Amino acid sequence: MTPAASQPRTLETAASASAETVLAGDSLSFAYADGSPVFSEVSLAIRRREIVCLLGGSGCGKSTLLRTLAGLERPAAGQVAFLGQPCSAPHPRSALVFQQASLLPWLNVADNVRFGLDFRHQPRIAAEARERRVAEAITAVGLAGRERAWPAELSGGQAQRVALARALAREPELLFADEPFSALDAITRAEMQALLVELVHRWHAAVLLVTHDIDEAILVADRILLMGSRPSRIHREWTVDIPHPREADAAAVTALRLSILGALRESTTGA
Amino acid sequence: MAAPLSSASPALGAAQGRPARRRAAGPLLPLAGLLLAALLWALATALMARNTPIAAQFSPQRAFPALAGLLVDPYLWEHVGLSLQRVAVGLACALAIGVPAGILTGISAHFAQASGPLFQFLRMISPLSWMPIAVMALGVGDAPVYFLLAFAAVWPILLNTAAGVAQLDRNWLLLARSLSATRGETILRVVLPGITAHILTGVRLAIGIIWIILVPAEMLGVSAGLGYFILDARDRLAYPDLMAAILLIGFLGYLLDHAARWLHRRWLHRA
Ligand SMILES: Nc1ncnc2c1ncn2[C@@H]1O[C@H](COP(=O)(O)OP(=O)(O)O)[C@@H](O)[C@H]1O
Ligand SMILES: [Mg+2]
Repeated sequence: MTPAASQPRTLETAASASAETVLAGDSLSFAYADGSPVFSEVSLAIRRREIVCLLGGSGCGKSTLLRTLAGLERPAAGQVAFLGQPCSAPHPRSALVFQQASLLPWLNVADNVRFGLDFRHQPRIAAEARERRVAEAITAVGLAGRERAWPAELSGGQAQRVALARALAREPELLFADEPFSALDAITRAEMQALLVELVHRWHAAVLLVTHDIDEAILVADRILLMGSRPSRIHREWTVDIPHPREADAAAVTALRLSILGALRESTTGA
Repeated sequence: MAAPLSSASPALGAAQGRPARRRAAGPLLPLAGLLLAALLWALATALMARNTPIAAQFSPQRAFPALAGLLVDPYLWEHVGLSLQRVAVGLACALAIGVPAGILTGISAHFAQASGPLFQFLRMISPLSWMPIAVMALGVGDAPVYFLLAFAAVWPILLNTAAGVAQLDRNWLLLARSLSATRGETILRVVLPGITAHILTGVRLAIGIIWIILVPAEMLGVSAGLGYFILDARDRLAYPDLMAAILLIGFLGYLLDHAARWLHRRWLHRA
């Protein structure tokens, strides 16, 4: 009902493969064992170093779509390509951050960040390079000096920083993040959002960030995909080219937000 | 006869799980409890000795000097050593069977359903009832004792292991999958450390059960060990020695339980 304020693109152009594309999902459909479809015919593409936010209400299938794109769920139809290669298992150049930090409580901070770097299906790296990566990632998230701390001694925000460092230490081409900050208090969340933007730029990583928080999407994303339910697919798309820090441009932020709210209303009443 | 046990349990209860404020009395109250029990024991034997003079032989005044004499006797330590070795072998067998079976129960719903009633059924059979069959099948000697101890100890380990697997954080497993962990890496690096606290709880319960089963098991078909020592003391009419052995059994069991609890606490401190 409300006219779009930003430029909605057609999904076809977004999904068209190019050398700059890290991840492409093509006509993905998914249903859980009980048979009811979660989403169908979803196509999207993520370019190098791009932060894409998948925005939608609870239960609309964002997490399922993220897990499918990450190779953790097998789609009923369609396929996923990572760096141009068809891909049906987690790619070594991708990393995951969840809503819970999910640190391994029997490992200290450094060992948690190091976790998995030596796994068989991970790229071989020399021991010194590995240690350098671990140290860099811990420093980058602001936890230098806490390498020997146990997860139980960390606050929720610090634990999520370790989870971010664990993902960065793998030097991912693409970071999958499923509501990584929604369990944090508002102040810590704002800090972490800024940190995420800074670090993925520094690490030259692309991000697929799942969120139900419109403000988070506006503050963080280069591109916002709005996912609606019944039927779950990507309803609208916005390219956000407000420079960081975005809080500075209140007018542009407000305009985008009204546009998203309008589209949300449309997608729920117009279904 | 049960004096050492009943005097030990109030002390146990006072030592564990109380807030710090209540512990202000230090070891005084537990010691007072032990002392009171010894007094009651002395009183009971003195009263009984009026009608049956032999009861005086079971008094603490005779038992403690006998214990002091036995403690410097290498003959006793041979029996103690053998008994502890049987505990270790029985526990090791129980772990070798109980942990894999528990993991299988925890990860395979089919195995859990197929084995559930069987395990509950076997668990309720007193291990000692297998003794005649164990001796017939395994011959006289250590083998049937190992069998009985392992059979008694396997259940708490198995059930706690399975509970641990069921309570594993699903995100840890998702993390392992996102790292394309092999089955071995998942079990060694995530599942086993993730359930260690549960296994140690099982071990502590198992040690308690083993220690209780050990003495009667050693009364049948073996010629050494604490159980044998008690029967031997009876046959030698060395009643103070018999009471001393009972005291020693209680004390060693107390130490074993403490060691198991210390191990559990140590792991939790890390975790
Ligand atoms: N393991 C599962 N089995 C069956 N249905 C599921 C399962 N996980 C999620 N769902 C259903 O799929 C839908 C999408 O879930 P999810 O992807 O978690 O949504 P979101 O992340 O957007 O909140 C929900 O309706 C949810 O109830
Ligand atoms: Mg979700």
